[in-house]
Amino acid sequence: MLLKLTGGRIFDPAHDLNDVVRDIYIRDGRIVDKPADGRIDEEIDVRGKVIMAGAIDMHTHIGGGKVNIARTMLPEDHAQAVYERTELLRSGTGHAAPSTLTTGYRYAEMGYTAGFEPAVLPINARQAHMEMHDTPIIDKGGYVMLGSDDFLLRMMAANSDQEAINNYVAWTINHAQAVGLKVVNPGGISAFKFNQRKLDLDEKNEFYGVTPRDILHRLSRAVQEIGVPHPLHVHGCNLGVPGNMQTTLDTIQGAEGVPMHLTHIQFHSYGTEGDFKFSSGAAEIAEAINKHKNITVDVGQILFGQTVTASGDNMRQFAGAPHAHPNKWVCMDIECEAGCGVVPFKYKDQSYVNALQWMIGLETFLMVDDPWRIFLTTDHPNGAPFTSYPHLIKLLMDKSFRNDMLSTLHPEAQKATHLASLDREYSLYEIAIMTRAGAAKLVGLADRGHLGIGAAADITVYTDNSDREKMFEKPDYVFKDGQMVVRNGQVIKITWGTTHVVKPEYDVSIEKPLQQYFDKFHTLKMSNFKISNDEIIDDGRGSLTIQPLHKGGRL
Amino acid sequence: MTENSTATVWHEVASPFCGIASDDLTIEVNGNNVKVLENGDAVTRPGFETPISDIQPRINGKEVTLEQAVSHIAELLINSKQPLIAGLGTDLNGARAAMALADKTGATIDSYYSPAAFRNILVLQDTGYMTTTLTEVRNRVDVLLVVGTDIESTFPRFFERMVWNKESMFGQEIESREIIYLGKKPSGDASTSPNGKKAQVIACDNVDLPEVVSVLRALLKGKQIQAETVAGLAVSELQALAEKLKAAKYSVVTWSAGQLDFDHAEATIQNVCEMIKEINATTRSNGLPLGGKEGDTTVNAVASWQSGYPMRTTFNRRFPDYDPFLNDGRRILADGESDVVIWVSSFNTAVTPPESSASTIVLGRSGMQFKSEPEVYIPVGVPGIDHEGRTFRTDSVVSVPLRKLRDSGLPSVFEVLSAVEQAL
Ligand SMILES: [Zn+2]
Repeated sequence: MLLKLTGGRIFDPAHDLNDVVRDIYIRDGRIVDKPADGRIDEEIDVRGKVIMAGAIDMHTHIGGGKVNIARTMLPEDHAQAVYERTELLRSGTGHAAPSTLTTGYRYAEMGYTAGFEPAVLPINARQAHMEMHDTPIIDKGGYVMLGSDDFLLRMMAANSDQEAINNYVAWTINHAQAVGLKVVNPGGISAFKFNQRKLDLDEKNEFYGVTPRDILHRLSRAVQEIGVPHPLHVHGCNLGVPGNMQTTLDTIQGAEGVPMHLTHIQFHSYGTEGDFKFSSGAAEIAEAINKHKNITVDVGQILFGQTVTASGDNMRQFAGAPHAHPNKWVCMDIECEAGCGVVPFKYKDQSYVNALQWMIGLETFLMVDDPWRIFLTTDHPNGAPFTSYPHLIKLLMDKSFRNDMLSTLHPEAQKATHLASLDREYSLYEIAIMTRAGAAKLVGLADRGHLGIGAAADITVYTDNSDREKMFEKPDYVFKDGQMVVRNGQVIKITWGTTHVVKPEYDVSIEKPLQQYFDKFHTLKMSNFKISNDEIIDDGRGSLTIQPLHKGGRL
Repeated sequence: MTENSTATVWHEVASPFCGIASDDLTIEVNGNNVKVLENGDAVTRPGFETPISDIQPRINGKEVTLEQAVSHIAELLINSKQPLIAGLGTDLNGARAAMALADKTGATIDSYYSPAAFRNILVLQDTGYMTTTLTEVRNRVDVLLVVGTDIESTFPRFFERMVWNKESMFGQEIESREIIYLGKKPSGDASTSPNGKKAQVIACDNVDLPEVVSVLRALLKGKQIQAETVAGLAVSELQALAEKLKAAKYSVVTWSAGQLDFDHAEATIQNVCEMIKEINATTRSNGLPLGGKEGDTTVNAVASWQSGYPMRTTFNRRFPDYDPFLNDGRRILADGESDVVIWVSSFNTAVTPPESSASTIVLGRSGMQFKSEPEVYIPVGVPGIDHEGRTFRTDSVVSVPLRKLRDSGLPSVFEVLSAVEQAL
């Protein structure tokens, strides 16, 4: 079966194609060369349409314990967003924390073909994969979380050599079936268990004597040395704290050129100026990002309305709990490994702080020069649900729309931003970089995010529309692995996507101390901790795609 | 290995029969006979060792093939105005299949263990909580407060595994751990320390717990209490308890909602949970709800991620519709609001459907005895004995793989319910 998409306007930044008319040929789920014999089984006329690879959300909380706590906790939020069963689709619910089936359908309907869960606790990875397994159509994968786990902290306190840490990181990535490594409030989740309430970059965990800076240094090196393409994914210290921009600048400086991805940077870009002692640090942060080519960021844009914040950072979530709306929240300490906090939240446009958060996110988008190093996220659902992406794209692409919105916000906050003077409007090509080519490169997906020969045929077809929100919320067609799954913004076929992983090598000798650690201290056996490939394949619907390691990965 | 060459010995086997899901069991399998060799207890031994008796499905007491039973169930569902899928003693994939079938047939779902589970879920949905997990307890607890629960009767290995372990990661003197029972007295000595230090007991009746807990919370907040006694307890004794909780570095407050069997126990659990939050203003303290055996945690987790809601959800309007009171399976059956019930109980032969006017279909563990024969009975395999599976622990964070230990040929709940869905 050979399918031809005829005459579309191609936006494929991985191949420097910016609005170039080309035909695309698809066979067996892949993009192929024009057939030598010219035989086409089916042709779709896409002349004048905008063609991009399927979009990739490189940071979205779609699976795992804290997301499921959020779901269970918010029946009143679901009741306002119920989805009936159809002949094809399962029923579902959810606005801030949608059910898994609904999540897959909504992403596909917006032209997304992959989403990556950024906070997979090793001990909870099995559940994260179960939930992602029940998320249809899109591909998925997870970044496994270390940094407050006692095994690592014990190694660091004992001054283990870097190679041992590399082994442990590689072992964890393998057996949690992950595609990258995440650190959340480095060492801070552990410190909270010892009743420390904050942990600055150079402050010591009182039991281990280890600082967040040490942890970032060790883990970022490990990721680089074992050849995992996705740089260490960092949720830094002091999330949400006024003045945290200095910590963020120090973190960037402290990376010492080693690749590092700073996630939801908006929440880490706050100054302390002005009457409210809360100001934008976006200009300084953007300048630092522009200067340090080893740094990538996603924004974690906030948008106004009800959502829920779900984070591994229970230290900061506990501090934020008094702001819960509605007034209920959960914090957990988890298995000498991690923690979580779930706090529902309503961002209000007439709140000075929330309005400024909105501005800081947009300022960051507009002041970071290189779209290959900044990514479009709301940190779903922490800043806003992922379904608001088309609106966010319009804010980036349409200055007058943006400024109209701005003019309705808290008046004091408006005075505290230069946003209105920023003229930049993102182009379609830049959007394609941020949400496709750049994201695939960042996550380390060799065959996704581009439209070259041999790529997976994950393709989104839009009708050009100067109202970018309308354009991006309802593609004409979405193809997933060559199959048309969406037509006119409606799901027409259910597929199940694959799970992307990396398999860095490790020396099996690491299992000796691990075995002892599990036997002595844990309530689970090491053998039962490991997630087999069969568990990902599960009932036959799942599959595993092993992405290549970077050259130079060693062990 | 054993002397018997046909026997197989399995190590590091996880138990789905208890919510702490101990995974250090050694089990010998000889044909269809299963024997727990090491680390068994009063809950896991019968769980694993209950023999297979019947293997043939029945319709109205008459043996039929699995295919016949499946098409009969499909027929009943097609003609049903309001099906109920209940019991739900099953594993991950059984729960997935039940959710898919409920969605397709407009059924209501509820679990046998919901009355207990909802005492906690209602608190989560109203005010939330701070909790911890088993490995944290094992390594950090310094004061364990047990509220209204005789832990060892339902979690026989809790103290051995989580409290009286040999060593803590943080150099804590294990013997120094303090155990305090508020409410029920312990039925045995599991809570006694290795050196023989007995747990402190502040005894009261469960029905007095609402009042006692309220006073304890007030004392922790520094409020003055005029009365000198509450429910027969000296307020000074509660004051001393409050001081201990404030002085502790990592206290854990535990309860088993299944044992807090009094009206509006959720309000007392809520009071406990709010008290824990308040203690955290100055030191660390966490709740540890104990429960979750036989798929209880699993079915609530799967229902939540697939529909947004836990148990007690109905699909009769073609979308998930949650009501923790109206969709109570026991109430539905008692009030005759359902005409077909699919009762799933693959772990426990004693968990049988209540008498009702509904046509009753049972997917049950082999050996189940009925007061009145159900319309359809299919003996199904036990997850973790007859087929692979996964189950969640009480903390709803850790899930464990369950292994296939023998080849009994009994179908899984997933296989049966998926076949029913296909046959519709
Ligand atoms: Zn996040």
